[in-house]
Amino acid sequence: MRQYEVTFIVDPVLSGDEIKSTAKTYEDLLKNEDCSIVATDAHGLKPLTYTINKRNSGIYFTHEFQTPTGAVIPKLELALRRDERIMRFLTVKLDKYGIKFNDDKRNGRIGGKNSKSDSKEKTEKAAPAKSDDLTKIEGVGPKIADLLVKGGITSYTNLAKASVDFLKDILTKGGGSFASHDPTTWPKQSDLAAAGKWDELKTLQDDLDGGKVVSASEEE
Amino acid sequence: MASRDDIKFLNNPNIGSSHRKYCRFKKFGIRHVDFKDPDFLLQFLNPQGKILPRRITGNSLKWQKEVAVAIKRARHLAILPYVTDLLK
Repeated sequence: MRQYEVTFIVDPVLSGDEIKSTAKTYEDLLKNEDCSIVATDAHGLKPLTYTINKRNSGIYFTHEFQTPTGAVIPKLELALRRDERIMRFLTVKLDKYGIKFNDDKRNGRIGGKNSKSDSKEKTEKAAPAKSDDLTKIEGVGPKIADLLVKGGITSYTNLAKASVDFLKDILTKGGGSFASHDPTTWPKQSDLAAAGKWDELKTLQDDLDGGKVVSASEEE
Repeated sequence: MASRDDIKFLNNPNIGSSHRKYCRFKKFGIRHVDFKDPDFLLQFLNPQGKILPRRITGNSLKWQKEVAVAIKRARHLAILPYVTDLLK
């Protein structure tokens, strides 16, 4: 069983349906010739590094398929050459290492460097997570910030997503005096903090008094 | 009394012990070069998009040829340019 890979570039000026049908015609062509298709990959619209047929971008597709003999390849290439919607194509025969490489790539086993830096990022995020200064939220002082961190809320995004009931829960569990604190506005404040909108946060905090919403008429 | 660190020679006795250049494919057991991956292949091109010689990249002959083939395929598919100015 030989394994091949054909990559072709479709003209981008066509409508989305035409583009999909172009890719499909070659899939069908291969299936009709008794090839088993291992994978198809639509890389999408990518810019070309040089102009082809006066176009600067193209839609890339890759079909990976298996055949017992190579007889289908000249037919495939002839069809690709005749098709006016296709700007470039390339057929490659894959050796066992190529097959394994493509397989690993599809299953995410390649990108070792990425996964390593991801795991590093995770451990680094877990450590300075506390540095997300929750005390910037009005109504949250150092002790409440500690409570929140223990309850699992370590960043502004976490606090923004937390429900008010969940926050109240954490406060009650923390002890008597904390239960009186009102966390209603905290998610809203941390939403702004997470987005880095410090000016808006300040305006909101000016309206709040110790984290509770005070109506504007009561303010001077 | 001058310490060992203060004594400098005209001809540095440590010369020549810089790190050995190696073929990254042999060393890390990479068996296949994918022509669809421009970021990987950029390591083997100079800023003008030209393929770097083996004495610079440190590749063994077999892998230098594989890399060259992959780069030429990528160029055919407009994934890499034939000629540019500001590749890197």
